[in-house]
Amino acid sequence: MSILKSKFKTLVLSVAAIIALSTSSLTQAADTIKVGILHSLSGTMAISETTLKDTMLMLIEKQNEKGGLLGKQLEAVVVDPASNWPLFAEKARELLSKHKVAAIFGNWTSVSRKSVLPVVEELNGLLFYPVQYEGEESSKNVFYTGAAPNQQAIPAVDYLMNDIGAKRWVLAGTDYVYPRTTNKILEAYLKSKGVPEKDIMINYTPFGHSDWQSIVSDIKKFGSTGVKTAVVSTINGDANVPFYKELGNQGISAEDIPVVAFSVGEEELSGIDTKPLVGHLAAWNYFMSVDAPANDEFIEAWQTFIESEERVSNDPMEAHYIGFNMWVKAVEKAGTTNSDAVQAAIIGVSVPNLTGGYSSMMPNHHITKPVLIGEIQDDGQFEVVWQTSNLVAGDAWSDFLPGSKDIIADWRAPLSCGNYNVKTAKCSRQNYE
Amino acid sequence: MLTKKCLAWFVLFTVLAINPTSASATPLDEAITLLKSKSFGDKSQAVNLLAEQADESAKTLLNTWLEARLYYIKNDKRLVIADKQDSSYVMVDALSHEALGTIKKRKLKKITLNNQLRGQIRAALAVMDLRSPEREKRLAAVEQMLDRPSPEYAALLSPLLAEESDRPVQEAMCAVIALGQLSSEDKTLHMAAVETLNNSIHPVVRNRLQTLQQQTNDPVLAARLKQVLQNMDSKLQFYGFLENLFFGLSLGSVLVLAAIGLAITFGVMGVINMAHGELIMLGAYTTYVIQLLMPNSIGASVLLAIPVAFIVSGLVGIAIERGVIRFLYGRPLETLLATFGISLILQQAVRSIFSPLNRSVETPTWMSGSWEINAALSLTYNRLYIIIFCLLVFAMLFMILKKTLLGLQVRAVSQNRNMARAMGVRSEWVDAMTFGLGSGIAGVAGVALSQLTNVGPNLGQAYIIDSFMVVVFGGVGNLWGTLVSGMSLGIANKFLEPWSGAVLAKILVLVFIILFIQKWPRGLFPQKGRAAET
Repeated sequence: MSILKSKFKTLVLSVAAIIALSTSSLTQAADTIKVGILHSLSGTMAISETTLKDTMLMLIEKQNEKGGLLGKQLEAVVVDPASNWPLFAEKARELLSKHKVAAIFGNWTSVSRKSVLPVVEELNGLLFYPVQYEGEESSKNVFYTGAAPNQQAIPAVDYLMNDIGAKRWVLAGTDYVYPRTTNKILEAYLKSKGVPEKDIMINYTPFGHSDWQSIVSDIKKFGSTGVKTAVVSTINGDANVPFYKELGNQGISAEDIPVVAFSVGEEELSGIDTKPLVGHLAAWNYFMSVDAPANDEFIEAWQTFIESEERVSNDPMEAHYIGFNMWVKAVEKAGTTNSDAVQAAIIGVSVPNLTGGYSSMMPNHHITKPVLIGEIQDDGQFEVVWQTSNLVAGDAWSDFLPGSKDIIADWRAPLSCGNYNVKTAKCSRQNYE
Repeated sequence: MLTKKCLAWFVLFTVLAINPTSASATPLDEAITLLKSKSFGDKSQAVNLLAEQADESAKTLLNTWLEARLYYIKNDKRLVIADKQDSSYVMVDALSHEALGTIKKRKLKKITLNNQLRGQIRAALAVMDLRSPEREKRLAAVEQMLDRPSPEYAALLSPLLAEESDRPVQEAMCAVIALGQLSSEDKTLHMAAVETLNNSIHPVVRNRLQTLQQQTNDPVLAARLKQVLQNMDSKLQFYGFLENLFFGLSLGSVLVLAAIGLAITFGVMGVINMAHGELIMLGAYTTYVIQLLMPNSIGASVLLAIPVAFIVSGLVGIAIERGVIRFLYGRPLETLLATFGISLILQQAVRSIFSPLNRSVETPTWMSGSWEINAALSLTYNRLYIIIFCLLVFAMLFMILKKTLLGLQVRAVSQNRNMARAMGVRSEWVDAMTFGLGSGIAGVAGVALSQLTNVGPNLGQAYIIDSFMVVVFGGVGNLWGTLVSGMSLGIANKFLEPWSGAVLAKILVLVFIILFIQKWPRGLFPQKGRAAET
């Protein structure tokens, strides 16, 4: 089934990609700085990624209104990798070699990032990746502005364990690299906290799964032993909607079995009736409902730009906001858009985030962020019920996996290494798994 | 006004007697101040105060709070109940229920809740509802106590049991009291409690009995408990089997709905229509558009969407047949490519018109929730209706093909085109109508799917492969085959799933079909006779 389907899907997507209008500009103005935007505008991921493309266009427009960068105007180069992972690599190559962009902002899924990685490393480009991911990676050329597992998954589990008192765990995810790695980390973390094997249930489903009856019924049975049970969901994309619908229909409320999700944000909720979801949780570094002047300003600018009061903002948008501003500041600091100079300048750069604080770029190319836990409300927004008291720095290599415990990433000279083993004092030069 | 004041004073005095520290304000006032606090700890105290109060105004406050309708006005901190109307909010005072006109959302601040508070409020309301004159409310209250047991409930219910006249409520109360007795120190009560709970299959009861079995050192009680638990488990196993069967039938009915239109276009006409999935998608979008047109009657809009989706998808189908497919009869490869192209065009058209984002189709209230047969078995309404709907569509299609003139002509043309033409059947017209019928049924399937899955441009892709699988497995050209194969694939999938996981279950089913087709290439119900050879 899945083999046939994926083949069929690739066929569909590649045809779609040929048909889809490439909005890349052909005009070659000499005195602009080009910024590449690598987000899918068609295919499965278009739902999430189109918004990020628009966010980037808005940020670039705002920067140009402020007088551009280094006295030059910024010019966006938009390409459409059409949710097709190998095409991401081709498009990245096109952006770097043909359009000579100074930086790329893009990707959503981890497979697409893994596909782009060798290209940006080979051509020494800059990639700003705005989505929460599974960690276990630190590349010289990539800046991870989304959350690493210790900035999202681990604090969420801590909240459920300490504040809600959960003792039995369901780890449910879509069957691909992010959920599998995150669940591996969480399983190791839970076991280190003394949760026995029999109290952890792990379940994977295909992309776009829509028939959740059996799984929800299993969760219900697993959770009816009288011990507080919580579900940690790494279910991705639109499979979440039928999942929550089924939870509601089978009468599982957030008070009985809370579900904390890492891929459900305001954008995903805007397409559905949220009444059955009220009380379920999400862990992010930003919520649209956060009460901060910077956030109000951002939302107003966004809604004016997109010409709709109905549009929402979400966490990956904030990540792009932070990443873009960091890049601008680093370029100003370096006085050039040269990749090596920017890489050196950006470490330590600190810019305001939208939750009322500052985020800074760490030597491991991850950033500092607060972690917020929100409960879904009936208007599709989140109410923050818990947050970390301090900023949490992203950890590239998880402390809970045996293979990566002793590994650190530090891109400052003299170490300059994404995979340095502190025990053997060796840099393996293997910057990702 | 006077009576209200009296009441307030009365309340003040009674509470003062219990809690002499809060002399400055009435508990209600105090609760209201605490409500508006940012800290969830303060709010939890407010719930406790309101629960002690236990009068009508406390009840309304708790109820509206739970429904997320409780706000306060930002500048004067007045507590109001507000409901959204168009772009602004209509307010009434939360205590006096005096109408206060409308206000912009920005000027209101919602009294927020979290899960612990929701549980606390529900428990408080359940205690208040125990004396309600309506039996449904009392039953719900007692059942809520059974679901989330607390040691004090037994003492609370014991005096009420004698007054209760309604059998189901009485039984539920007995169960709660017996549960309480199980935890009591008095060991003599245990045996009687176990006997009371003998027939229950409630998970809470089962857990409690299981812990008692581990704790007890009385051999007679332990033996009885073992018996009761075994009995309970065999019942649960039976209901688990029924539940799985239901899941299988519901997955099967979705497969049949998606495939049955294809059984006509592919099965009867022999056209490989890759745009079939997109015709389903059009049906789902039709539901969405109709809901947009009549936002106030969701239930009716879904019913109305059925004929409209049939017409929309049917017309698109006829247009595809007249515009493209009729030039390609007898050339399956070209048909495949052309219809694949059409499917891409339809997808992109929907993307351009409705945006690439998924659209939200609301579920009518009669289709959400589940029918609770007992504590172990509940059937979700949306799936139940879709099984019934699938059978209805099947029966109607069957009648059309067997009992109407169109059906007769369709069968005649598919069996022997030349002979049918010689008998005066306008075969071209029949082709268009048949294709339209198959496409229309796809649209109807889209209405059903809009209630189960996401309505987006990719909806069709998810079902096209499954549809072909069902039709080929069932035997091309046979409607019964489609029904039987869809249902059996659904059931097989659902019985494999708990054992192998969702991903592997799908692979196993596909492998099975490949092997099956190797042995019986014509599927479950092969067509017999001369028609099969042409």
